[in-house]
Amino acid sequence: MTDQAASRRPIRVGLFVTCLVDLMRPSIGFAALKLLEQAGCSVEVPSQTCCGQPAYNSGDRANSRALAEQVIRAFSHCDYVVAPSGSCAGMIRKHYPELFADDPNLAPKARLLAGKTHELTSFLVDILGVRQVEAKYDGSVTYHDSCSGLRELKVKSQPRTLLASVQGLTLVEMNESEVCCGFGGTFAVKYGEISTAIVEKKTENIANAHTHTLLAGDLGCLMNMAGKLSREGKPIAVRHVAEVLAGMTDEPPIAAPASSTL
Amino acid sequence: MTAHPTTSRFKDNAHEALGDDQLQKAMLNVRAGFIDKRAAVAAKLPEFEALRDSARDIKNHTLAHLDLYLERYEQKVIEAGGHVHWARTAEEARQIIIDLCQKSDAKIVTKGKSMISEEIALNAALSKAGITPVETDLGEYIIQLRDEAPSHIIAPAVHLNASQVESDFRRVHTHLDADRDLQEPVQLLTEARQVLRDRFLSADIGITGANFLVAETGSSIIVTNEGNGDLTQTLPKTHIVIASIEKLVPTLEDVSQILRVLARSATGQEMSVYTTFSTGPRRATDVDGPENYHVVLLDNGRSSMLGTDFQDMLRCIRCGACMNHCPVYHAVGGHAYGWVYPGPMGAVLTPTLLGVDKAGHLPNASTFCGRCESVCPVRIPLPKMMRHWREAEFSRHLTPATQRFGLAFWAFFAKRPALYKNLTPWLMSLMHLLGRDKGYLRALPLASGWTDSRDFPTPQGGTFQSLYRKQKSNGRAA
Repeated sequence: MTDQAASRRPIRVGLFVTCLVDLMRPSIGFAALKLLEQAGCSVEVPSQTCCGQPAYNSGDRANSRALAEQVIRAFSHCDYVVAPSGSCAGMIRKHYPELFADDPNLAPKARLLAGKTHELTSFLVDILGVRQVEAKYDGSVTYHDSCSGLRELKVKSQPRTLLASVQGLTLVEMNESEVCCGFGGTFAVKYGEISTAIVEKKTENIANAHTHTLLAGDLGCLMNMAGKLSREGKPIAVRHVAEVLAGMTDEPPIAAPASSTL
Repeated sequence: MTAHPTTSRFKDNAHEALGDDQLQKAMLNVRAGFIDKRAAVAAKLPEFEALRDSARDIKNHTLAHLDLYLERYEQKVIEAGGHVHWARTAEEARQIIIDLCQKSDAKIVTKGKSMISEEIALNAALSKAGITPVETDLGEYIIQLRDEAPSHIIAPAVHLNASQVESDFRRVHTHLDADRDLQEPVQLLTEARQVLRDRFLSADIGITGANFLVAETGSSIIVTNEGNGDLTQTLPKTHIVIASIEKLVPTLEDVSQILRVLARSATGQEMSVYTTFSTGPRRATDVDGPENYHVVLLDNGRSSMLGTDFQDMLRCIRCGACMNHCPVYHAVGGHAYGWVYPGPMGAVLTPTLLGVDKAGHLPNASTFCGRCESVCPVRIPLPKMMRHWREAEFSRHLTPATQRFGLAFWAFFAKRPALYKNLTPWLMSLMHLLGRDKGYLRALPLASGWTDSRDFPTPQGGTFQSLYRKQKSNGRAA
């Protein structure tokens, strides 16, 4: 147990919901909120937009720094910053310090924020020591390891640890779960054909796992895989892992109609 | 063969590659073979990760003192009776080699596998000068017959299948029995060996690359699996080594460290079959070896990478692990990259050699999945360096206008949280209404790259932040 967890004051977590979740799928944000509160955190949602990664990865340093500064200002008072995304948490944790390496004013602040920023499942397991969630999910799932979470933040066992405690859920590993789905942010549009070839391999591996549901921890990848599965007519429910862990699966799966029976 | 890069046509190249069924089948071998073998052999060696650190540190140290080690190396080569030639550019390197060939009246030159030879388009230059270059590495030999560039830095013909090689051999080896059986790969290998044996014996000069140059001893080292490199460098009267300046390492001890990660990372072998050290020409007591030993040291832009964002790239030991693990390379193969160096290492190196204005696609065509960096034996931060290229492009206004506009549009709102907060719930609710019935949209303006092949999931409507604040003001415990 951490020092803060041992003290009486609840841990103050700033939820960085990510722009994609904010805009596309608020239910993931509510699931993250529920999981954090269940674990005893006091959660707040500072006003926020984007971590700046699209600008950063497009070579636009000025805008990425402006957006990063905005996040640093909004979240620096929190004990921890938690995001339901390995990609955005990785941006803050690994790339903010680099972005401000030559700025004597912002470098310490960027490093401080980086040190307390975590991806949701790794925060629950590694920092809070959560091993079990109270959730039920009838069906088999397979899990895609999103690249930034896996390789920048070492998120691999944490979601699986938590999924193992979900009643009724069976995890079936797909082949090449650690191989990129081909999303890559703007790459998916800029190099659509190549991105498509990569996601086709991924949906083939997903389908061969013969599960009811596909889960992952990053909405960008999920939208890519769900969009391809939908176009291919493969009836597999696609959800963010937080939705299942929080027992919040009333909303239709990603890219499924409101009347979905999945 | 590689004189005219098509890097600027990367997208068209990729389009063709994606439609090439034979290539797609061949690429499955890369996916299946190299990755599992590397993982297995790395797992068997407890100190593998520590050796990667050590390899990185050795290369960093060498690069920090490259001038010193280059001079020491030159001195040692001369002491051993060899000659060192300094080439600033590809043109200078070609000229030095052609001059050496002409001085000894060479007609046939055998060649060990060398990426530097590809980089400087040596074969074309030799042929033009009336000298016949003969590639002796099987993969290189095959692509030479086909007048192609290598599609992989250690497996140059990985894009081909056996029946393609069979038809090339039948086309070129017309002196052999037309009815011979060439169905089995081993028969192809035997035939190549027979044909090449004559060439080895008739060659006037042998040219090899070098995996390492050792400052301490003046040795050049080649790492091979076929033994062709040894025959190339010991049989002819003259051995020419062509190598770029970053191949230097200080000592034999350093080489022995790096060798432990090289083959493991490349082919998943603990060591390659042959690791051959050459130090100067044949000595009086040697049973074999060349009478003359020359080293051509090529800069070709490397020294200008020192001290820049791209210095780490000079650590590269050309193992090919980055491309073996790259989803983009798996999808399009090596030729799509349009020049000598494909995959992630090519995406970083090619713009430094050809200019980012010509090779700008390469560092952009990456998902930044990071798998290349995770397997690089000298821990080159490849995605970071590709990002540096994107930054260079962005600051020089080379980024495509649609992308710049899209980014600027997004950043305008993202930098104004109040405006963003007011507009986005409406916009998302509108999009939700458009795609509500199906749960997805089949087309989106400016995003055909996505929607041509994938549906775009409909947003749930509203935004998290607007819904959260509504909930809170409706009495949810604060």
